[in-house]
Amino acid sequence: MAEEATYTPTELLACVASKLLEDGKSVFVGTGLPMIAAMLAQRTHAPNLLIIFEAGGIGPIVPVLPISVGDSRTFYRAVGASSMHDVMSACQNGYVDYGFLGAAMIDQYGNINTTVIGDHDHPTARLPGSGGANDIGSFCWKTIILMRQDRRRFVKKVDFITTPGYLSGPGAREAAGLAGGTGPYRVITQLGVYGFDEATKRLKLLALHPGVTVEDVQANSGFEVLVADDLITTTPPTPEERRLLREIDPTGMAIGK
Amino acid sequence: MEVLRRGRGELVGWYDPDENRRWIQANKSRELRDKRMTVAEAVSRFVHDGDFIASGGFGHVRVAMAVVYEIIRQGRKHLTMAGKTAVHDLDILVGAGCVDRVEVAYSFGHELRGLSPASRRAVETGRCRVVAETSNAGYQWRFLAGMMGLPFIPTRNLLGTDTFEYSSAVVVKDPFSGKPICLVPACQPDVAFIHVPRCDKYGNAQIDGILIEDFELSRAARRLIITTEEIVDEEVIRSQPWRTSIPFFVVDAVVHVPYGAHPCEMPYLYFFDEEHIAEWLQLSRTDEGVQTYFDKYVHSVPDFSAYLELIGGEKKLHYLREVEHLRMPMVAPWMKNKE
Repeated sequence: MAEEATYTPTELLACVASKLLEDGKSVFVGTGLPMIAAMLAQRTHAPNLLIIFEAGGIGPIVPVLPISVGDSRTFYRAVGASSMHDVMSACQNGYVDYGFLGAAMIDQYGNINTTVIGDHDHPTARLPGSGGANDIGSFCWKTIILMRQDRRRFVKKVDFITTPGYLSGPGAREAAGLAGGTGPYRVITQLGVYGFDEATKRLKLLALHPGVTVEDVQANSGFEVLVADDLITTTPPTPEERRLLREIDPTGMAIGK
Repeated sequence: MEVLRRGRGELVGWYDPDENRRWIQANKSRELRDKRMTVAEAVSRFVHDGDFIASGGFGHVRVAMAVVYEIIRQGRKHLTMAGKTAVHDLDILVGAGCVDRVEVAYSFGHELRGLSPASRRAVETGRCRVVAETSNAGYQWRFLAGMMGLPFIPTRNLLGTDTFEYSSAVVVKDPFSGKPICLVPACQPDVAFIHVPRCDKYGNAQIDGILIEDFELSRAARRLIITTEEIVDEEVIRSQPWRTSIPFFVVDAVVHVPYGAHPCEMPYLYFFDEEHIAEWLQLSRTDEGVQTYFDKYVHSVPDFSAYLELIGGEKKLHYLREVEHLRMPMVAPWMKNKE
């Protein structure tokens, strides 16, 4: 579908995710692509992005891509090395602007499943569960979800709501007791970038990656995706961004070879 | 308080606070005494069949692996484990058949390395049961309530999700704000094991780097086994008391095990042994492979130092120290298998 691309889909995802982060704000990141996106943002437009890790690392100067959100790279030359209680409390108290999550499945309200495929007690496939995902999705002001998209992953109803999106629609998060003004902000897949419709809280296509059509998006979704009137095309990674990505992940651990 | 919803997950590790206080009064010594013993003795005395166990650290970081291997060597059965970012520890304990019940925050995965074949297979075939779900902060605050001697802690997570529905938490109407709020129950595991860089013979322990959940877990657990890279003089502790993150009176056993977190990382000392973790991930794809791993690394060696020889001895350990200090690049065989 795309013309001969000089970048990989993973590189595109990392660059698009990185551009969503703002200078002078804080972000809770997981390892892999989220970490790469945050490190790239620091090296480009957001040098003062405060990176926080759920295991206790606060404001590290990350030397190479960490394998775990708790390994020593997550508090390398950091401003703080504290505890999960400390950073999760800060997050619950409103200090964290952005949170990054992955997902095995998502529905049209941004509810995420990372727990189980099939029945909980007799699963077809057992996944790791929430980890910090439910917490990040509950506490951060804006949650960004990075995932692969196809009909089995973009589904009408997720098998298990691990992490809250907008639950059943407008007002549902607040009614459940979750903090007001929080929730999923963007979903980034190999096809495009989605936001959530203000009135209905349903997933809405905001941008297509180069060479992708609205039909491709619909064909890879198990529900009807709303489409923004001012649909745009994402900017592909520049050579400089690609060079920085190699610098951040020299072994290709998350970005690929 | 008005109860609005109850999770259907099994409540594990919870005691009435008065009962727990009395248990502590009767069973936890406040006397400064030498608690050094071997890992075999510590496991034999403090880990019993059917116990609810919790492991310190996070993922593959600062995990008391010598205790984990010893539990397998001694053949403990029907353990319930706190799946609090439990990764290699939980995977091999489930794989060995020691753990058959798990409360899950994060389990059955090795973070960036991929999912855990052995423990997933056990859950998918019914050999291991997930008795409750929670989240990382959910577990963290279960331990916080446990160390505070309270029955629960109010939190603003889990709400509205299936993670709550399968948890042991309760949603009530907050008497102050009038909004729904989640109450996570206290958790006091029967036994926890935590690996530290240094402690004295009484168990006063210091941790370098992040504490993760270990501050709370060490105080919440009924029994605590500390394994340590180094046993230092009491004076080292007393000269910098602000560095003591675990005080002696919560500790039951002190075990000196250099490299006791291997193949996990020990911050500032040695990095993950990616070669060893990859060998496990490869072998654990089949039940036969799981058996091969345990025969080789647990049953055929008498103790942890023999195990360290087997994994590559001083040459490998030197390499892991160099990688931790960023003086050598990390090489991971599992990277080849990624897309």
